[in-house]
Amino acid sequence: MNRRIPAIMLKEVNHILRDSRTLMIVILMPIMQLVIFGYAMNMEIRGIRIGVYDYRDSALSRELVHKFAATESFQISYPQKPIGEMNRYFYQRAFHAFLIIPADFDHTMVRQNQAEVQLIIDASDPNAATMIQNYSFAVVNMFNDAERLLPIRVKTNILYNPDLKSAYFFVPGLIAMILVMISALLTSIAISKEKELGTMEQILVSPIKAHEIIIGKVLPYILLALIDAMLVLLIGKYLFKVPFVGSFPVFLAFTMLYVIVALSLGLLISTIARSQQAAMMMAITMTMLPTMMLSGFMFPIASMPKALQLITRFVPARYYLQIIRGIMLKGNGFAQLMQPGLALILMAAVLLILAIKRFSLRLK
Amino acid sequence: MNAEYMIRTEDLTKVFGNFTAVDKMNIEIMPGQIFGFLGANGAGKTTAIRMLCGLLKPSSGKAMVAGYDVRVDSEAIKRKIGYMSQRFSLYDDLSIGENIRFYSGIYQVPYKVAMERAKDSLKMVGLDLSMKVMTGSLPLGFKQRLALVCALLHDPPLLILDEPTSGVDPMARRAFWNVINSLAEQGKTIIVSTHFMDEAEYCHRLIIMRSGSVLVDDSPRALKEKYGSRNMQELFLLLAGAVNE
Repeated sequence: MNRRIPAIMLKEVNHILRDSRTLMIVILMPIMQLVIFGYAMNMEIRGIRIGVYDYRDSALSRELVHKFAATESFQISYPQKPIGEMNRYFYQRAFHAFLIIPADFDHTMVRQNQAEVQLIIDASDPNAATMIQNYSFAVVNMFNDAERLLPIRVKTNILYNPDLKSAYFFVPGLIAMILVMISALLTSIAISKEKELGTMEQILVSPIKAHEIIIGKVLPYILLALIDAMLVLLIGKYLFKVPFVGSFPVFLAFTMLYVIVALSLGLLISTIARSQQAAMMMAITMTMLPTMMLSGFMFPIASMPKALQLITRFVPARYYLQIIRGIMLKGNGFAQLMQPGLALILMAAVLLILAIKRFSLRLK
Repeated sequence: MNAEYMIRTEDLTKVFGNFTAVDKMNIEIMPGQIFGFLGANGAGKTTAIRMLCGLLKPSSGKAMVAGYDVRVDSEAIKRKIGYMSQRFSLYDDLSIGENIRFYSGIYQVPYKVAMERAKDSLKMVGLDLSMKVMTGSLPLGFKQRLALVCALLHDPPLLILDEPTSGVDPMARRAFWNVINSLAEQGKTIIVSTHFMDEAEYCHRLIIMRSGSVLVDDSPRALKEKYGSRNMQELFLLLAGAVNE
């Protein structure tokens, strides 16, 4: 029986339990990150001030305005100043947008079966402007629906996150980012620290094999990373009220896979970096930015240039994000998540083999 | 090659870039010998030792250790070697017992057997400590002796000690050498590198190295007679002094 892998594991567990700094990283960092990012990244818009110039002032036009007022997002008022001085309101940030209903609103509506209203939006914050636009379309659609006026209309149905709550979107993304970052960080120190202390030399003169060291070092950290996963999931669920539709064992299985990818990446870094400091820097830069930018967390992959799209294929979070959104929001099971799951298995295998190959049993 | 040698090298050489750390080393070490590697810092002692342990690949030449070729059978060699590096290399954040458990694990020595051996070795090196004591809390002299105990867990026929006494006070050094002597009496072959010349007197045979080359290779007594020196210190200054000018 091989006793070397258990020996390395037991030693690592002892290191972890005695090192309060590591425990702090593992427990406090994810909580802080999730809470801070979570509140900072809140992208819902509430209390958008819309000024209405209703030149028709009929039952029908008031009904449209009423539809706007009925949502939580909009605050409707009728500005005092004439429409020509609209810019002033924008300068003073008194309004985010204006809704202008022309005098022939009812007329064209009945005669031509369609009417135009104008929406003028302050786009100095483009994100907010896009959201105001989308919300307004939704309101106009509701109006059309209610009045049954248009024979053909585009109806947008938003599934899985009907209120477009941003927590639904950033909590899975943050889980993906925090897990990859912390896991890579933990193992990146695991070997570089022993090189620095000189204890690696003592291990290398023993008849141990490279894969025994690597596997013995990965296994204890899987448990640690899974504890983190539970932690962020609980915060997401209870603090940010993100639903969890899917099955927990499925979540656990895929999360374990993802964590193994990240831990292996950390080990690979560890075999390359010469000092603990360098290893930590590499682990953070190699995980944080790609996960934020190139995983589909912040920006949709489909809208990236082809070259970047290609790069995203090498970002593990890209696959995990697909998986975790699928599980949390859609209730996907193993069958639907085969493809990203296989991608992660492939990545874990490649990274582990690279780490073992790179890990030289001889000194440099 | 003759199997009666514990170690035999032929033109063993290690080159780092354009720096030759060990240059055509030819030595023969018999079982049961205490063999000294002497020389100033940077003379090539540690590089030579690391090649013999299988930690470094030789650039050229040949070395047989315990009957195995270092290029081919480094794993088999590693089973035969107990090694102590010049840097203290046990884990400070593990207890004595945990360190022993770890090293017995990576050498696949059954825990009970390892514990028995550890108790004997601890007695031999004069350490009477609880297994629960944290290694980090021990003074350096104790740590060095504990490291030796760990290096002996798999009962290796060959012990390689790279400057085991650097940074240790004279009393502890003397005690350490008594232990090395009794290990040699038990039949173990021991290679010790040191830059303390007085320690050379304890060796059965020794080499003095300078800039990667072996200057002399003989017993301390023969060397003193040959060069007419009263002690090793004098001999060393005579031979290797050029480095220290």
